Amino acid sequence: MLAAVGAASIDELFADVPERLRLGRPLDLPAGKPEQEVYGYLRGLAAMNVSTEDEVSFLGAGMYDHYVPSLIDSIITRSEFLTPYTPYQPEISQGGLQVMFEYQTAISELTGLPVSNASVYEGPSALAAAGYLARLHHPARTRFLVSRGVHPHSRETLATTSVGWGTTIEEIGLSDGATDAGALDAALSDEVSAVFLQYPNFLGAVEDLEALVPAAKAAGALVIVQCDPLGLGILRPPGDFGVDVAVGEGQTLGNRLDFGGPSFGFFAAQQAYLRRMPGRIAGETTDVDGRRGFVLTLQTREQHIRREKATHNICTAQALNALAGVIYLSWLGREGLVELSELLLQRTAYAREALAGVEGVEPLHSQPVVREFAVTLDADVEQVIERCAAEGVNPGYPLGRDYPELSNGLLVALTEQRSRADIDRLARTLQAAVRDTVPA
Amino acid sequence: MTAEDGRTKPAASASTDLHADPGVEHGEPTADRPVRLTETAQQRDRARTIYEKSQPGRRAFVAPELDVPRRDGLLPDRFRRTEPAKLPEIAEPEIVRHYNRLSKRNFDLDTGFYPLGSCTMKHNPKLHERVAALPGNARLHPLQHPRRAQGALRLMWELQSALGEVAGLPHVSLQPSAGSHGELAGVLLTRAYHEDRGERRTKVLTPDTAHGTNPATVTMAGFEVVKVGTNDRGGVDVEDLRARAADDVACLMLTNPNTLGLFDTAIEEIAHIVHDAGATLYYDGANLNAVMGRTRPGDMGFDIVHFNLHKTFTQPHGGGGPGAGPIAVSDRIEPYIPRPQVVRREPGNGAGPSFDLDFDRPKSIGRLRGFQGNYGVFVRSYAYILSLGCDGLQEASETAVLNANYLMARLAETAGEHLPVAYDRTCMHEFVLTGGPMKKALGIRTLDLAKRLLDFGFHPPTVYFPLLVDEALLVEPTETETRETLDAFAEAVGEILSEAADDPETARSAPYTTPVRRLDEAGAAKRPVIRQPL
Repeated sequence: MLAAVGAASIDELFADVPERLRLGRPLDLPAGKPEQEVYGYLRGLAAMNVSTEDEVSFLGAGMYDHYVPSLIDSIITRSEFLTPYTPYQPEISQGGLQVMFEYQTAISELTGLPVSNASVYEGPSALAAAGYLARLHHPARTRFLVSRGVHPHSRETLATTSVGWGTTIEEIGLSDGATDAGALDAALSDEVSAVFLQYPNFLGAVEDLEALVPAAKAAGALVIVQCDPLGLGILRPPGDFGVDVAVGEGQTLGNRLDFGGPSFGFFAAQQAYLRRMPGRIAGETTDVDGRRGFVLTLQTREQHIRREKATHNICTAQALNALAGVIYLSWLGREGLVELSELLLQRTAYAREALAGVEGVEPLHSQPVVREFAVTLDADVEQVIERCAAEGVNPGYPLGRDYPELSNGLLVALTEQRSRADIDRLARTLQAAVRDTVPA
Repeated sequence: MTAEDGRTKPAASASTDLHADPGVEHGEPTADRPVRLTETAQQRDRARTIYEKSQPGRRAFVAPELDVPRRDGLLPDRFRRTEPAKLPEIAEPEIVRHYNRLSKRNFDLDTGFYPLGSCTMKHNPKLHERVAALPGNARLHPLQHPRRAQGALRLMWELQSALGEVAGLPHVSLQPSAGSHGELAGVLLTRAYHEDRGERRTKVLTPDTAHGTNPATVTMAGFEVVKVGTNDRGGVDVEDLRARAADDVACLMLTNPNTLGLFDTAIEEIAHIVHDAGATLYYDGANLNAVMGRTRPGDMGFDIVHFNLHKTFTQPHGGGGPGAGPIAVSDRIEPYIPRPQVVRREPGNGAGPSFDLDFDRPKSIGRLRGFQGNYGVFVRSYAYILSLGCDGLQEASETAVLNANYLMARLAETAGEHLPVAYDRTCMHEFVLTGGPMKKALGIRTLDLAKRLLDFGFHPPTVYFPLLVDEALLVEPTETETRETLDAFAEAVGEILSEAADDPETARSAPYTTPVRRLDEAGAAKRPVIRQPL
């Protein structure tokens, strides 16, 4: 092959690299290993982790241990879905493009909003992307109002991402676990570009969008709501309230935990924002013979066409994870999604009541909840978690890490994989742990 | 789709869904069988969506038993959805069949050559899926206490170290979700660096050959884009750079080798100019596959590098993600990297090291996303690094460069007259051809060539990029292709040009053998239908 190239050596092919910049030594990395040794090493590392198969886990706070049905693995590991690039050649990418179209339909149905893109990275950066849409829509407005009930990772991601936009971020506090409508009203002005809410919020509370959205809309601000797509099985969809943009973390839809990713973010909006949407959008069309087909559409929004005037810089998103999402929603089906959401609602209520009956445990708020709730402990939360962990139970997420004012708070999440027996065990374990731990 | 099929002369613009489905035997034209002109029922069926297959009452999901006392009124009516979301009603066998059929309407890397420039479509080893799926990885909650996630944190720390060594920069954050997200991190780091020094700089330089994500990122981060020209050898126009590198410039974003597949021999001078202006130098790592073990961005003078783990480090691309875009930075940028950062702690009491998440980084730009990044991608990429090791990574880059130069030479033989290389130099891992002469002499455009290649069973190269080359084709074969595959591709391109010399219409109306033929993209954008009406 070198002869065909007309080079005497591989070194000659790298002649453009200036002498001083050549590494001139091997990379300081171990030598390569055969497949079975790599497997053995990585299996050993994986075995050092305590997964949700190793303990009874009530950890949530943004990602949840739902069952991933086996048909998802079977489909998403097919090379035809796993190994193509972004569908730049639609004639040979109809499978992936149709999946995007079906996915967009499902997200649109769930959120009650007419327009969905084909996925963004994940939840918190989806919220930041919605912030950028608001910035493009309202270039003269300079204030973001963010509920303190929005996921701390989302609030921080928005702050990181928006640092060069000339916008300030002000937090709207919580009252009994839900966004304080009076505080929101007081903060609104014609300088507010967007109001960010979460539904249900980080503490599990179902925000009263009916009370919050109209005031924000009246001030001309965009309302951006981060939501849990599974909760939308029974919750009124954001679109019903006139919300402008709904975003969220898609992990709960058929994606495994994977220590935080990859999953997908979803991004849905009112029709008016179609041409300001970030990322890929698949659209239906026909071919020269009149056959139905799908293409990436409205690409003049995107970085590869519009460059510095693009609506977002995203290129590679999360197509395979979004595929898992639409398979999951088809597997649940119209009735199944409602049944699953209802099961979460009932078990969560049971767990909330069971824990409220434990001495030294109090509900943190009284708002309606769907799949997650917060309690306060009369004991040091981190120590309680350690004691529970020793008993094989992970009781939840310590709120003090993100909410200094809730340093005794514990956030407890349910999935369909946590039975009544598991909940009863949590209550017993927590009771003993709180009893044996000194107050904070 | 095989090369042989494509050689069958198509019935001009006839409605032929000939062998769209590699798993279906019927319909494929051969020398002794006539071309099929009508669609089979199954072929028509495949464009039906899952919503159109829905039938009331069908289902797959069996809900777990309600094992707690049912209570009414848990959710006030005004919070309740009044009508279920109109999801499909369909049983498991039909779900599986639907998506399997759709899968067969995709071309994929495991089936055929995919020389998509700038995308590094190299083989995705199958071991990686197995290790990523281990329950200790797949079912590990991201908020598990670090004490009980030591394996995952150690893997991340070791990957950080390995990527830092490849980049020649000591500090790595794995957090960004893709290349463009890494770019955003890089420009935000640059902003934080300058602001910490009390400087307000407003401009970021990008070459006119840059990936579209570069200028898009610059705007998103609140800077103004200033373009830098390209010289006649395909490198940065150093005089133009010098003229633009004023004290309001925050950064130069560069790819090296650049998007023309050329290593910029003036890189040291470029780095000097940028650093003398007080700006940072950013390395778009989309093309890192050319240089592993040969040279390192850090040694070239770059301050910030992003990696595309879904390119160089074999994360399967998934039809548009997931990826991951870690960044490596120099000492002066380190205080600002995203948090949390995976760190190794030495207890100093004779016990082994432990791994932790460090949130206490007061100068950090903060988070760019939830949790710790796309860990599942890290597992796959680290498996790749362990498998190849120091020698293997270097050999991967060397072979990628050899394959690109070989294919460039072969194409010069088979197609050079009409499809010459845009810059006649030794290339790195990819190269650019210009279809200008082809358009003039044969009357077919680069788009037509690309579409005709589909009939030959190849994914076309990247087309119409970089923008400054007329009718560009950006070809990146990668190191995992055989000489036979490269030869077959070069011959196919030659054959298409010969065919066009007699009959340009065949290419202009291609493809013929794909599940659908050319699609009305303008119509799709004019009257967008982006969801199924239900």
